[in-house]
Amino acid sequence: MQTYLIRRTLQSIPMLIFLSILLFLLVRAAPGGPLAQAERNPNISAQQLEVLRARLGLDQPLYIQYAKWMRGILVEGDLGKSIKSNRPVSELIGERITNTLILVGTAFLITIIVAIPLGAISARRQYSLFDYVVTTFAFAGQSVPVYWLGLMAILIFYVALDNPFTGGPLLPAGGMYTLGADKTLGDLLWHMILPVGTLCLAWIAWYSRFFRAGMLEVLNADYVRTARAKGMTERTVTYVHAMRNAIVPLITMIALDLPSMFAGALFIETIFSWPGMGRLFWEAARGRDYPVLLGVILINAILIVVANIIADLLYGVVDPRVRYD
Amino acid sequence: MTDAIQTIGKARTEPAINSPGRMVLRRFRRHRMAMVSMAVLGLVMLSALLAPLGPYTPTEQNPKNAFSPPSAQHWFGTDDLGRDVLTRTLYGGRISLVVGLAATGLALLLGMLVGAIAGYAGGLTDNLLMRLTDAFLSLPSLFVLILISTMLRDVPILNLRNSVVMVVIIIAVLSWMWPARLIRGEFLSLREEEFVHAARSVGVGHTRIMFRHILPNTVSLIIVQGTLAVAYAIIVESGLSYLGFGIQPPTPSWGNLLSTAQVYALRAPWLMIFPGLMIFITTLSINHIGDGLRDAFDPHSVH
Repeated sequence: MQTYLIRRTLQSIPMLIFLSILLFLLVRAAPGGPLAQAERNPNISAQQLEVLRARLGLDQPLYIQYAKWMRGILVEGDLGKSIKSNRPVSELIGERITNTLILVGTAFLITIIVAIPLGAISARRQYSLFDYVVTTFAFAGQSVPVYWLGLMAILIFYVALDNPFTGGPLLPAGGMYTLGADKTLGDLLWHMILPVGTLCLAWIAWYSRFFRAGMLEVLNADYVRTARAKGMTERTVTYVHAMRNAIVPLITMIALDLPSMFAGALFIETIFSWPGMGRLFWEAARGRDYPVLLGVILINAILIVVANIIADLLYGVVDPRVRYD
Repeated sequence: MTDAIQTIGKARTEPAINSPGRMVLRRFRRHRMAMVSMAVLGLVMLSALLAPLGPYTPTEQNPKNAFSPPSAQHWFGTDDLGRDVLTRTLYGGRISLVVGLAATGLALLLGMLVGAIAGYAGGLTDNLLMRLTDAFLSLPSLFVLILISTMLRDVPILNLRNSVVMVVIIIAVLSWMWPARLIRGEFLSLREEEFVHAARSVGVGHTRIMFRHILPNTVSLIIVQGTLAVAYAIIVESGLSYLGFGIQPPTPSWGNLLSTAQVYALRAPWLMIFPGLMIFITTLSINHIGDGLRDAFDPHSVH
C-alpha cells in the first residue's frame, strides 16, 4: 500500500512537469504575454518598459525563467505576484480556495447523498413511473448549461419570488454574506442555497444517470443471481450486494470528473459573485493578470492529480479484489 | 387487381430491408424521442438558416424601443439597445451550431488519428500517446480554454479578436481525448481480428489497413459519440462566450447574448430566458438523437 502510494505519486510527477512547461511556455513565449497591456499603453515609455521587463525577469532566456519560476514554487511556494494588485498569487489563492471548497464540497456531498439512492431505486424499478421521472430529469439536467440554470434560479428566486415577511427578494442572488451584517453561519447557509442548489441539480442529473446504468449492469451479474438463489431478500441483494459493486466505477467517474466540477464552480462563482478561486480566475482573465491565471491553473491541476491518486486508493477499500503490489 | 400490385411491390422491397444499415435506420425510426428531436433540431436549424428573411437585422439599433417586452412586433422582446432579440437569437444560432459542428468534426479527426495510431501500433507508441491523452484529460480544460482565448486575443497580428475559427480550434484541441481513447480501444481489439491478418498477409500497407480496413468498423461508435460531442461543444462554446472569452459581440452567439442579460435581470428578464432556452432545446434534441442512434446501432446496450 505504502509503496504503491509512493510509486503512484512519483508517476504523476512527469505529468505535472509536462503541464508546468506547457503552461509556462503558453504564458511567457506567446506574443502578447504578460506585458501586452503595458506595451499598448501610450503613457508607458520604452525605457519604463525595459525596466518593467527586467524586474519581471523577462529579459533572461526562457529556460532560466522556467527554472527560476519552478524553484520559486517548489522552495518557497512562490507563484509570482499579481500584475494588477501586486500581491503574491499564493496569498490571493489562499484567500479564495476555502470558499471554493465550501461551495464544491457541500454541493458534492449533497449530490452523492441524493444521486446514489436515486440511481439505485431507479434501476431497481426499471421502467416504473419513478424510473421514468428520474431518467427524464437526468436527461434534461445533462443537456442544460449550468450557468443558464444559475440564471434561471436567480430569475425565479430573486427576481420573481418575494419574501412574504419583508417584501424583499426571497433568496440572495450573490455574495457569501449580507453586506454590513455579521458573518454568521446562518447567513452563509442562506447565501449558499442558490449556488449550491444549482450545482447539485446539474450534478445529481449526471450522477444518478451514471449510477443507474452501473446498477443495471450489476443487477444482471451472476453473483446477484447467486445471492437471490440463496434466499436473500430483494432489499439485501440490491442495497448490499449490487450497490457495493456499482460504486466502484462511480469512484473513477468522480475522479475523472473533477476538472468539470471546478469548471462548474467557475460558472457558479461568476454568476453568484461567490468569492472563490473560479471568480478570481475570471477576474484575472478579464484584467490579463497572467501570474494569477497560471497559479490557479496549477493549483487546479495539482488538486486533480491528488484526487486521481485518492480514487485509486479508494478502489482498494471498496473492492478487495484490487491489490497494490 | 390493386391488391396484386401491392403484393408484388412488397415482395420486391422485402429482401433489402434486412441489410445492416436499413436495420439500424428502422430501429432509429422507432425511437420516438429521437424522431421528435430530429424534427425539433430541424426546425432550429431551418430557422437559423432563414434568419436573414426576418424583418430586422441583428445589429439594427433602436434606442427609443429599448427593453420592450415580448410583443407581436418583437416576439422575444428587445435588448438594451433596442435590437430585436428573436433576430439576434436566430443569428446567434447560426454561429453556435456552426461552432459546435466544426469543433466536433475537428476533435473527432484529431482523436481518430491519435486513437488509430496508438491502438494499431501498440507498445511504446501507444504508451506515449496515451500518457499525452491522460495529461490533456487531467487539464482543468475550461480554465485553459479561458487562458488561451485571453492570450490569443492579445496577439495583434493574427487579428483573432472576433474569430470563430479560433474558438473552434481551441475547443477541438481540448476535447479530442475522449474520441481518441474510445477509438484506441476499438483498434486494440480489431487489429487482432482475422480480416486484419488476412489483409496483412496479402501485403496491404499499414496505413491502408488502419483507415480502409479497421476504421470503417468503428463507424457506429464514431457516429454515436460524435453526435453527443456536438451537444457538448455547443455547451462549451456558449459557456465560453457567456463568460466573455468566446465569440465576441457584436457578433451574436447564444452564449454572449446571455452575458449581458444578467445585468438587466430585474428590468428585462426575457433577455435571460430565450437564448438559454434555445441552447437547452438544441442540446436536449441532440442528446436524444445520440441516444436513439446508440439504441439503433446496439439494441442490447444498457444505459
